Amino acid sequence: MAPDATPDEPETGAGAPVAPRIVPVTTTLGPLRPTATSGQPADAFVEYCLRLADDRLVLGHRLSEWCGHAPILEEDIALANIALDLIGQAEAFFSVAAEAEGRGRTPDDFAYFRDDVAFRNAMLCELPNGDFGVTIARQFLWTALQVPFTKALSAASHAQLAGAAAKAHKEHVYHLRHAADWVLKLGDGTPESHARVQAALDGLWPYTDELFYADGVDAAVAALVGAPVVTALREDWARTVEAVLRQATLSVPVADWTPAGGRLGRHTEHLGHMLAEMQSLARAHPGAQW
Amino acid sequence: MDALAAPADSQWPLWEVFTQEAQGAPHEHAGSVHAVDAEQALQNARDVFGRRGKVISLWVVPTEAIVASAPSDAGPFFDPGAEKAYRHPYFYKVPKGIRVY
Repeated sequence: MAPDATPDEPETGAGAPVAPRIVPVTTTLGPLRPTATSGQPADAFVEYCLRLADDRLVLGHRLSEWCGHAPILEEDIALANIALDLIGQAEAFFSVAAEAEGRGRTPDDFAYFRDDVAFRNAMLCELPNGDFGVTIARQFLWTALQVPFTKALSAASHAQLAGAAAKAHKEHVYHLRHAADWVLKLGDGTPESHARVQAALDGLWPYTDELFYADGVDAAVAALVGAPVVTALREDWARTVEAVLRQATLSVPVADWTPAGGRLGRHTEHLGHMLAEMQSLARAHPGAQW
Repeated sequence: MDALAAPADSQWPLWEVFTQEAQGAPHEHAGSVHAVDAEQALQNARDVFGRRGKVISLWVVPTEAIVASAPSDAGPFFDPGAEKAYRHPYFYKVPKGIRVY
């Protein structure tokens, strides 16, 4: 220290000549890559499988949130069963994607180490559970499409993909029976159950349009392995849904707006929150086993 | 109101569930489920009892349709059979080729 330095000067470091050290982000996070949130993906087949798997993982997780909260014990078990079916299906489709991708990623990597912009699920699947009517309506609307879709997909020429679809199809047939039975009971039940499930259908209806989103990915995979393009199943879906709603004394909603973008990684704010909880354990303890 | 009185049952009606694990085997009592109608009873039975084992068939029966013997019936109903060996098929041989469950 210089002898003429003022001893009373507070040592705040203000005016110090040394510039603050700036650590480049890349030294802590690794090289930054652009996120693929739009445009044509590198591998249409992998993308197609991720769309199938992400719908199932996200909806399966949402259903699992009912565990311990469903109206009665038997329904608690039923919803947990369906959740497990869907998560199992997701694992199968992730495995197909992982093998096709050939980068050594596992189903867990896809489930727990991707951020929301990398998820390819339809937004219908990520919406909060709401009341029991919302959960049932969401399940019914989504599953009514999966029954004919997985049936068509089980005829694809890719053996692993077709096998996963055939197994999923059997499960979806039961899931639809369960959901449709509940739509009938709620719609044709008490004035309150009718009003609640009708409100649920009205609120969810705009999100059903996205289930029929198709782009170059679908066309490429249809040409490659004979996989179905979902747009061809829209009338089939509408017939199933309308027949059940009519029998349940519910009216078929009309959507005056439709959101889009889930298949390209643009989601509602709900997905990020859901993933934060779903992925927290795997990220806090990577590779944990029991 | 008597605070100790049994609360009214707020659950749905009870159904008894019977499961069959192999063709030709009897349907055996597995337990019970709550449900508002037969279709829901079948679905709940499937979810509670049919998802883990090798179940190939399910029966559901309204619990109230089952008539049971009372504990006090046990003596008159069952005891007299014990010493009447001639009522039991002990004196026959089961022919070869007959499967016994």
